[in-house]
Amino acid sequence: MKIVKIIALILLVAFVGIQFVPAELNQSDVVPKTDFLLVNNPPENISTLLQESCYDCHSNNTSYPWYNKMQPVAWFLEGHIKEGKAELNFSEWDSLSNRRKASKLRSIIKQIESNKMPLESYKSIHKEAEFSEEEKTTIIQWITLLDDSL
Amino acid sequence: MKKVSVTTAIMVMTFVSLSAMSCKDSKKEHSVDAMHSEMNHDEVMNHDNLNTPNDVVDNNVQTSDAKQVMADYMTLKEALVATNKEDAAKAGKKLESSLKSFDVSKYTAEQQKELKDIIADAIEHAEHIGKSEMDHQREHFKTLSKDIIDMVAITGTENTLYQQFCPMYDGGSAWLSMSKDIKNPYYGSKMMSCGKVQKEIN
Repeated sequence: MKIVKIIALILLVAFVGIQFVPAELNQSDVVPKTDFLLVNNPPENISTLLQESCYDCHSNNTSYPWYNKMQPVAWFLEGHIKEGKAELNFSEWDSLSNRRKASKLRSIIKQIESNKMPLESYKSIHKEAEFSEEEKTTIIQWITLLDDSL
Repeated sequence: MKKVSVTTAIMVMTFVSLSAMSCKDSKKEHSVDAMHSEMNHDEVMNHDNLNTPNDVVDNNVQTSDAKQVMADYMTLKEALVATNKEDAAKAGKKLESSLKSFDVSKYTAEQQKELKDIIADAIEHAEHIGKSEMDHQREHFKTLSKDIIDMVAITGTENTLYQQFCPMYDGGSAWLSMSKDIKNPYYGSKMMSCGKVQKEIN
């Protein structure tokens, strides 16, 4: 019994301890001129879909629920966001050449089509991020048009 | 006595978490841009660099870097024809490194801009091919092929190349081959001979 108490205490202390590890939050107040939504000015519904389902990991501004600011969750997220932004960062969209934009748009379509994005782990906490079949069609159509216009 | 051990435990845990924190902060990325300094060096050496690039390009000689990229691309294509994921990944990584060391300084300013753009895009596709499943490798191979076709238009080629086209894969997809015969990299044995020669590139 004593041992259980001690272990519980140690875990508690460890949990409190790691809260002092600074979380590198991916947040920014400015919307840069190169932002995808700013440059392409999509219709409202497309804009909402992209923001709800993609922007948390693919832009310079994540909207964090409170528990995501706690460690060790914040660590886990930091890795995901870094990886996500390295693949595609909507905040820096317009700094890409047309060739690379076209490549990215095609990859976006493939990822959505094959349900690889948004990630399962993300959808499990963000129910609104999941695309319905109808939303999938709408967004893929719009991105295809954008690709054709490049 | 119990109190002492509990206190010790707490102190140890605090210490561990604090040192974890400091380790994390001290991690720094060291990257030495050797390529860059090498390129600067070349520029300094090349006094008359407005005229020299043109001479080289007019001759339409495929540089060794361009040849290497083409060779790696062909290895990758063969691996996809054989539906061999491991070999394709290996070839993708090789292609990635060849693209990264591609020296564009022999081309005109306009060509350099285009080439850099093509290379940046192709590197991303090669990188993905290096770490993905077969279906994903083929997706990236499609856009990579477009990049390489555009690249050849600038670099020229010593060997005759055949631009081939499969109308079935993803609304129609092209690739390059050294031989006229169709061996489809998008389907492999499933539909080996699907496609036709679109263009001969000399």
